[in-house]
Amino acid sequence: MPFIPHNKTDIKEMLGTIKAGSIDDLFDEIPKNLLIDQLKEVPQALSEMEITRLMRKRSLLDEKLLCFTGAGAYDHHIPAVVWDIATRGEFYSAYTPYQAEASQGTLQTIYEYQTMMANLTGLDVSNASMYDGASSVAEAILMAVRANRNSDSRKVLFVSGVNCTYQKVVTTICQGQGLTFDRLPLDIDTGKTNVDELSEYDQSPVAVVIQHPSFFGTLENVDAITDWAHEMGALVIAATNPISLTLLKPPGEWGKNGADICCGEGQPLGIPLSYGGPYFGFITCKKEFLRQIPGRLVGCTTDQKGRRSFTLTLQAREQHIRRSKATSNICTNQGLMVTAATIYMSLLGFKGLRSVAQKSHEQTFKLIQQLTSINGIKTIFSGPYFHEVAIKLDHPVDYVLEQLALRNILGGYDLTSDFPQLKNSLLVCVTETKTDEDITIFAEAMKEIMI
Amino acid sequence: MTELIFEKSRKGRAAYAQYPQFSSDTGIPEEFLRHSNPVLPEVSELQVVRHFTLLSQKNFSIDTHFYPLGSCTMKYNPRVCNQIAMMPGFADKHPLSFENHSQGFLSSMYELQDMLKAITGMQAISLAPMAGAQGEFAGVAMIRAYHVNRGEKNRNEIIVPDAAHGTNPATAIMCGCKVLELSTKEDGDIDIDVLKNMVGKNTAGIMLTNPSTLGVFERNIMEIADIVHKAGGLLYYDGANLNAILGKVRPGDMGFDVIHLNLHKTFSTPHGGGGPGSGVIGVGDCLKPFMPIPIIGKRGTGKKARYRWLAEKDLPKSIGRLSGFMGNAGVLIRAYVYMRLLGANGMKRIAEFATLNANYLQSRLKNVGFELAFPNRRATHEFIITLKNEQKEFSINAMDFAKSLLDYGFHAPTIYFPLLISECLLIEPTETETKETIDSFVDAMAQILDNAKTKNTNHKEAPFNMPVNRVDELQAARNLDLTYKEIIE
Repeated sequence: MPFIPHNKTDIKEMLGTIKAGSIDDLFDEIPKNLLIDQLKEVPQALSEMEITRLMRKRSLLDEKLLCFTGAGAYDHHIPAVVWDIATRGEFYSAYTPYQAEASQGTLQTIYEYQTMMANLTGLDVSNASMYDGASSVAEAILMAVRANRNSDSRKVLFVSGVNCTYQKVVTTICQGQGLTFDRLPLDIDTGKTNVDELSEYDQSPVAVVIQHPSFFGTLENVDAITDWAHEMGALVIAATNPISLTLLKPPGEWGKNGADICCGEGQPLGIPLSYGGPYFGFITCKKEFLRQIPGRLVGCTTDQKGRRSFTLTLQAREQHIRRSKATSNICTNQGLMVTAATIYMSLLGFKGLRSVAQKSHEQTFKLIQQLTSINGIKTIFSGPYFHEVAIKLDHPVDYVLEQLALRNILGGYDLTSDFPQLKNSLLVCVTETKTDEDITIFAEAMKEIMI
Repeated sequence: MTELIFEKSRKGRAAYAQYPQFSSDTGIPEEFLRHSNPVLPEVSELQVVRHFTLLSQKNFSIDTHFYPLGSCTMKYNPRVCNQIAMMPGFADKHPLSFENHSQGFLSSMYELQDMLKAITGMQAISLAPMAGAQGEFAGVAMIRAYHVNRGEKNRNEIIVPDAAHGTNPATAIMCGCKVLELSTKEDGDIDIDVLKNMVGKNTAGIMLTNPSTLGVFERNIMEIADIVHKAGGLLYYDGANLNAILGKVRPGDMGFDVIHLNLHKTFSTPHGGGGPGSGVIGVGDCLKPFMPIPIIGKRGTGKKARYRWLAEKDLPKSIGRLSGFMGNAGVLIRAYVYMRLLGANGMKRIAEFATLNANYLQSRLKNVGFELAFPNRRATHEFIITLKNEQKEFSINAMDFAKSLLDYGFHAPTIYFPLLISECLLIEPTETETKETIDSFVDAMAQILDNAKTKNTNHKEAPFNMPVNRVDELQAARNLDLTYKEIIE
């Protein structure tokens, strides 16, 4: 009986206390016709040894290719300390910190996380996290709709380079809220939004979502777009990559007044790629919008002896108190992932995170140099970028990717289905984990394939 | 006094082993670059290890303490589940990996879908929702999509029992529906007569938990299903309490059209200090076309079987995607491993022993003088006691009991939920606890009550032996301090 400690004596004594004849008696309130005898089609139990062997075989069956794909999930090095400590039982098997006195470890960690994310994004306040980057954009939009006192509009505008999957998720999560969505056209030469054409857009959205770096890795004119959005009475939502914020101007400093809400995918901060999850999303904002922020918040206070302590606060925004009037139905935060990210950010600090960013960018530059020296490969967009670049191939992309896979390389993201106007285009990404040799291997492989 | 990581920082200190070496400057034009330095820690690697290790030691956790939180199912999290999920072949895989390099993972997920079908008695499963609340969202959105698809846009009323978990009404509103609250009777069942008058041509559906949040089995479930179905509505099952009936009853057999399960409850994936969860959903035939994507599909059989993602092209009527990729893959792997360790017989025993432990604890607490909310009902995997008499006679309430229990080394049960029962404790021991642990919990409860009667301790100021005393939550809300603002010297 895996994990069940009862022996025959225990069972007998417990039934005696309950005054029941058998365990079956305890189910006597359930209509008999609902009780099943056996779970059919569920296999019999395996021992730990057997399941470990099975899963090891399966994990080895799936080769890890040399990864040059980004597109929302990034192959960064995760220091050994991060998960060694995050999987300590006291973090791993702890519950949501509703009883503050029994949860100071988790609560202080979240408070430190909130501080780091607010600082990194250049805004005032952070929550304790959301499920992932995509859903954090949806929640940021719903928050902006609640918070924007200057607008009755139900229209939301995406600039051109927002991740298409993020937009799909927003559509799913915001259905039933009466919102409509517009998207600014992509300038095919620069890979970003053309700020000279902004004045052609004549709607007044309640919020403008700027992904920066864009999905293509290109850098938007965030100041101009932010100021334009604010002039229209819209709130500005920045969707960013946290590693990029060590190099690039943070959303709190965009334009004259700064972006209002910042969100994005926290996976680059020490979270394994793990087939897409669990990751975590983050949301930070200016302090005037704080009461509209979804999710958990940890505050610093004192205990009865005046000692510094931490507790969940402003819980009246959340579902367990406000129920149908809550800011969101969200219950969980991604506690374990936040713990890991906080340890990661503590270990690296600003300089360390920036060196990860710089190394990733440097290696991307090297790869692009080598690739564009091959016949049949060109970069598509002019202009500055951060650690991801879209390249055009004169062979079909799916063929190229198959050939790269045969050479043990995961060569990038095929842009064709998301952006049909960019035929035969591939989004490649290099992180600090790729050495000069790795880059040469990729380039040599492409040379062979492009012949 | 506890120090923040920022206070332990010193300018120029770093964990240099973690810094990649780079040589050139970025070539990014000035106007894009950051010039401000955000305050992040500057500490050594040893400082990081000590800081977070010491912090962890301030927590209660299942690994260290009995945690009878009702509705949360705080059972043992088997270590091997984590070890397997962190195998490099799973943990290091990019979500956009090729399908034919992901067969080990995809086959495990397909088998997980099948096992969940068998357990729930539903026709199809989607593993996409990342938490219970997202599962609820998917469920209600599918119900809406179903009605709209049949030309019945007017059906936008969701019926929710007054004892429901807060996510239920919050979810219904998020889906653009109206919430109608259904009352519960004294014996713990919902009021059928009220329900009969509530359903009509605008009914989209009803959201139920069974066993209910009151810790008792909804005995009239078949009649409820009949009433709602006849009125044209669908039934949604909140699977938070599945631990009580796993392997004994299937939600599909009770008439539910859509369910969500909390893998971080029933299937023992880690609570992690507040996540990650996983809120997989199961549907009956009528809702299959609307399931959130992606789903794992299979072609061929036996050794020739190939597994693949089913997405927009395969489910054109899907309510859509809920996440950037496929959901909480690592959590799903942990749940899969857990289920393979239990097998069919192991799963049935969960319900049996969770129920045995709960009924035993209920009887013992009654025997030492506590009042049960439903004295004439069987406990399911959880039950409620009310402290309203203790509050009246001895001025000790549910909060005081909760805080006092911490000093005895027990995490408190769920307090003040469900809202219907005043000064309540919702208690769920789970099946992985020994009789001795349960007995010592009873002893602690009896002692706390005794101390209140004889005025031996000031329970209003408990706890006394924790890293901090009772925390001032009022001050936390009044003087909001959500980020540390001092500079590192």
